[in-house]
Amino acid sequence: MPAIAPNPAAGPLTSALARLGMRAAAVFEQGVALFAFIGECAVAFAGWLAHPARIRWRPILFNIRGAGFDALPIVGLLAFLLGIVVAYQGADQLRQYGANIFVADLLGLSMLREFAPLITAIIIAGRSGSAYAAQIGAMSVSEEIDAMRTLGIAPLEMLVLPKVIALLIVLPLLTVFADVLGVFGGMLMARAQLDVGFPEFLDRFTKAVGVTDYLIGICKAPVFAGIIAVVGCFQGFRAQGGADSVGRQTTRSVVQAIFLVIVADALFSIAFSALGL
Amino acid sequence: MDAENVIELRQVSTRFGAHVVHDGIDLTVRRGEIFALIGGSGSGKSTLLREMILLHEPNSGSIRVLGVELADISAADALALRLRWGVMFQHGGLFGALTVTENIGLPLREHTDQTDRQIDQIAAAKLAMAGLRPEVGAQYPAELSGGMLKRASLARALALEPELLFLDEPTAGLDPESAGEVDQLVRTLRDQFGLCIVMISHDLDLLWQTADRVAVLADGKVQGVGAMAELAAMDHPAIRKFFDGPRGRAAASSPDVTKWNPGEPTRSNPGFRRAASGLPIPPPPLEIPVLRRPAWKPK
Repeated sequence: MPAIAPNPAAGPLTSALARLGMRAAAVFEQGVALFAFIGECAVAFAGWLAHPARIRWRPILFNIRGAGFDALPIVGLLAFLLGIVVAYQGADQLRQYGANIFVADLLGLSMLREFAPLITAIIIAGRSGSAYAAQIGAMSVSEEIDAMRTLGIAPLEMLVLPKVIALLIVLPLLTVFADVLGVFGGMLMARAQLDVGFPEFLDRFTKAVGVTDYLIGICKAPVFAGIIAVVGCFQGFRAQGGADSVGRQTTRSVVQAIFLVIVADALFSIAFSALGL
Repeated sequence: MDAENVIELRQVSTRFGAHVVHDGIDLTVRRGEIFALIGGSGSGKSTLLREMILLHEPNSGSIRVLGVELADISAADALALRLRWGVMFQHGGLFGALTVTENIGLPLREHTDQTDRQIDQIAAAKLAMAGLRPEVGAQYPAELSGGMLKRASLARALALEPELLFLDEPTAGLDPESAGEVDQLVRTLRDQFGLCIVMISHDLDLLWQTADRVAVLADGKVQGVGAMAELAAMDHPAIRKFFDGPRGRAAASSPDVTKWNPGEPTRSNPGFRRAASGLPIPPPPLEIPVLRRPAWKPK
């Protein structure tokens, strides 16, 4: 089998350039493959919409439980702690100006608009995105994906669509849960540090935070969900060879998912500020 | 197309980037025969098998399986065709999340309207057909040995009563005795159920004892097709490589080459075979004490 022979005349400079070129080509290839994967998923999803009888409810429900219900404790705890931290950090600054009550503004806007969707997405990327990549990666390495195809079961319909749909449903719900617990954590801290009682806090909260702020946070969640599920499944399918490849793809899926989630969040910020929201 | 031909390959070419794997392959598999593909590592025999079972598309050429052209096949035709053949993968390809019985029943659950009870009965029958004990059905693939995995995979491949069976390295990684049993199983499937079997194998014993015709793949082309005895007489260097090694000579001279005799599995007696071929008999393997499981390793 002819291997790719290194050019013996290449000096260190050209080989560094060649490596750079190869890296760039690999990144480009992966980007193209990701778009092709998204396209195939979209076609499979259109097939489901055209023939609703083919929708696989069992794996969808299974994934809703696994990625959603089972994630409630960790999402709730971390959002609660994040609320405490934000209120604690704000408390000192606000006290200097006697603006204690504005802790409700600080918490409400930062939690609902930014922190709750982001922390939820990051937890789910680490918890479910990695599990998706590992599961699909292990299945492709052990020929289970090939076996599935030969048995006439489309892997995209069995493995990918249920995960994407489940996460699209679950992530906004988890974000709401994180909103509630984050604000609750901040509220406890406001009473302990700033002597802002629950009634005053909630009174100010309803005035400071509008429905728009709440919806801005929630509407990011489906986008993050799509990124996490698609990247996790895509990296899983790219595993080939042995178990080491599964580990590598799993790591890559988490890194890429979190990276893309934060990039998407930045784009949202720009878009919302341009829209004046 | 000749109705007797189950698979027809015409001028099949495959490339991976600049690397040419197949350069115009012509092959024909006839009804009711056991056909084997052999070749060195990287000779593209696995890729050729994947092309026959719709897992890979060749760059050019035509493949017809069971009378259906595979190029530009529609999704519905592909599904219909996939249900007419069974595939046993090298590592089994069983779903780790399902028990063996559920694995065997999966294609039936997906593609037929039978009740769970009927499906379980069929799965039990296929399990027995593949030579596994009924209690294996409740086990998960991770609990099975290599030989049992292959048998379970075979049972699943047989679930939908296929006309054609593909076996990827059916004896690789098996101990001599289980490999001997696989030889027997392959012949039984053909003789009793009239299945056409296409397999990839490096195992010369399996080839000598079961294959009706063998194709040797090398340098992207078919270097020779014929019964093992015919191939053994050919002069092509790629073919000679298989027959001239010490293992090749040993397998060829095993006493039951011409007439298969299920009563005496020769594989369990390699010393006898070697003595017959005039090769030195290797000393018995050393007794190596079994190491204890390290305390940090999960059970």
